[in-house]
Amino acid sequence: MADAIKIENLKKSFRLGFIPKTREILKGISFSVKEGEIFGYLGPNGAGKTTTIKCLLGLIFPDAGTIEIFGQPHLSTRARQALGFLPENPYFYDYLTASEFLAFYADLFGLPRDEKEKRIARLLKLVGLERAADLPLRKYSRGMLQRAGLAQALINDPKLVVLDEPLGGMDPLGRKEIRDIIVRFKDEGKTVFFTSHILQDIEMICDRVAIIVGGRIVKEGGLRDLVSEKVLFTEVTVSGLPPQTFAGLGESVSARGDRVFLKVYDEARVDEIVGLIHDRKGRLISLSPRTETLEDIFVDTVTRT
Amino acid sequence: MKIGAIAGITFKEAKRDRILYLLFFFAAVGIVASRVLAVLTVGDRIKIIKDVGLASISIFGVLMAILIGTGLVYKEIDKKTIYTLLSKPLHRAEFILGKFLGLVLTLFVMTAAMTVIFLAIVYAHTLKVEAGLLVAVVYIFLELVLITAVAILFSSFSTPILSSLFALGFYLIGHLSWGLELILKKMQPGTGRSMVRALFMILPDLENFNFRTEVVHGLPIPPGIPLSAFFYGVCYTAFILGLAVLIFRRRDFI
Repeated sequence: MADAIKIENLKKSFRLGFIPKTREILKGISFSVKEGEIFGYLGPNGAGKTTTIKCLLGLIFPDAGTIEIFGQPHLSTRARQALGFLPENPYFYDYLTASEFLAFYADLFGLPRDEKEKRIARLLKLVGLERAADLPLRKYSRGMLQRAGLAQALINDPKLVVLDEPLGGMDPLGRKEIRDIIVRFKDEGKTVFFTSHILQDIEMICDRVAIIVGGRIVKEGGLRDLVSEKVLFTEVTVSGLPPQTFAGLGESVSARGDRVFLKVYDEARVDEIVGLIHDRKGRLISLSPRTETLEDIFVDTVTRT
Repeated sequence: MKIGAIAGITFKEAKRDRILYLLFFFAAVGIVASRVLAVLTVGDRIKIIKDVGLASISIFGVLMAILIGTGLVYKEIDKKTIYTLLSKPLHRAEFILGKFLGLVLTLFVMTAAMTVIFLAIVYAHTLKVEAGLLVAVVYIFLELVLITAVAILFSSFSTPILSSLFALGFYLIGHLSWGLELILKKMQPGTGRSMVRALFMILPDLENFNFRTEVVHGLPIPPGIPLSAFFYGVCYTAFILGLAVLIFRRRDFI
């Protein structure tokens, strides 16, 4: 499959401060996003995520390196035609209604009137803003603005959607809706490149991820390749037995009220503990094996780097 | 089409600016007050009305161009609306031209409204529609177009306060630079004279657009002068806009 985004040896530094001092933000990053996949771009604050996106969108000019969008130079009109973008904390012309706002962006793509009206109606429905279509954006909540921003990013029916923190500031229901929309993009054959601090969301919907730390890509790959199915430890909750019963069995034993909580790293011991509970007539409340998560990988990678 | 969309949104944004209406109010007060001033003056009252009226249109028009123009591009960068705009297939030059045309349209509407009030005041005094006054108004508008380009140029790399000061400086220098011509006539040939001449060539001469004296006093306008002033305005505006595009094209939006 062709690459939707191909970034090679991208470098960018800024001269900042009263006495300008050069600060290298991107130190030669390379990665690619395959067509049709959902790609998560992770990194701690200040790692260079937004700088990468700004380079991709042509808002800043790289010092070195190349960026291609569907095989075209990223600044070419053809590359721009294929791209939709939702910035972090979007601010738009708040005196426009959602319909006027989308019509303005449609004009930037030169959409004919009929097509424009059809597309605006479809997008307002997609993001759930049909009933608020004639309200000025200044009366929108943050979540509604995010949805309007998403509709704006889709006005040209792009093949590639770039979303900078699309789930930030959303309530759980709103987050789920946006997640569902992103998954629907994939079903429609669109490629999604997005950043998020909410790793569970990335884990839920991404096919591949790249982790950037200190201006360098430190990990890149399929989510299933990075996150193993291996059980890290098992959490056991028991009631009706004193904590002393489990002395030496779990790595950590604690009690609260009638309940005893155990953390067991050795999988073989779990069966032993379950047998003990049964023999002593205790009650097994829960037994949850904890597998590795993206958060573990992320924290581990960032800490080591 | 894209430039038109940017111009349209700029017009919508500019006409929401309260400062525009405040300046329009003062301009209207200035034009109407010229009638009161005329009553207190000995001599040709209609000349006072015309002179003060045209000066009001010019001064308040320039203030509108500077105060709104210097914030237009900066606001887009500050509020980050430019991020979504420039991620679309929109050239930076198209963005600058759209902003420019949107503000020019705003100033056109404002100048037209001020002119209607002005002509009405003149009509109330003379009972004649003096279309000849429009010549001066057209060249005031041409000057406003140039000042708009200058405001946008400074706005593309500086803050609104600094840009306003720079643009105001450009306006003042533009109206005083003709003094250099007088100095040149009195200077002996030499390095100093060459330097003053070079300065005179570089600095704008906004007095080229001033046909107020001729119109107010009914003096003949030498043939060819309006046309050369028109070309001067168009070329200078194009040059300033080109400079703005050049700066804006290579700018990083951090």
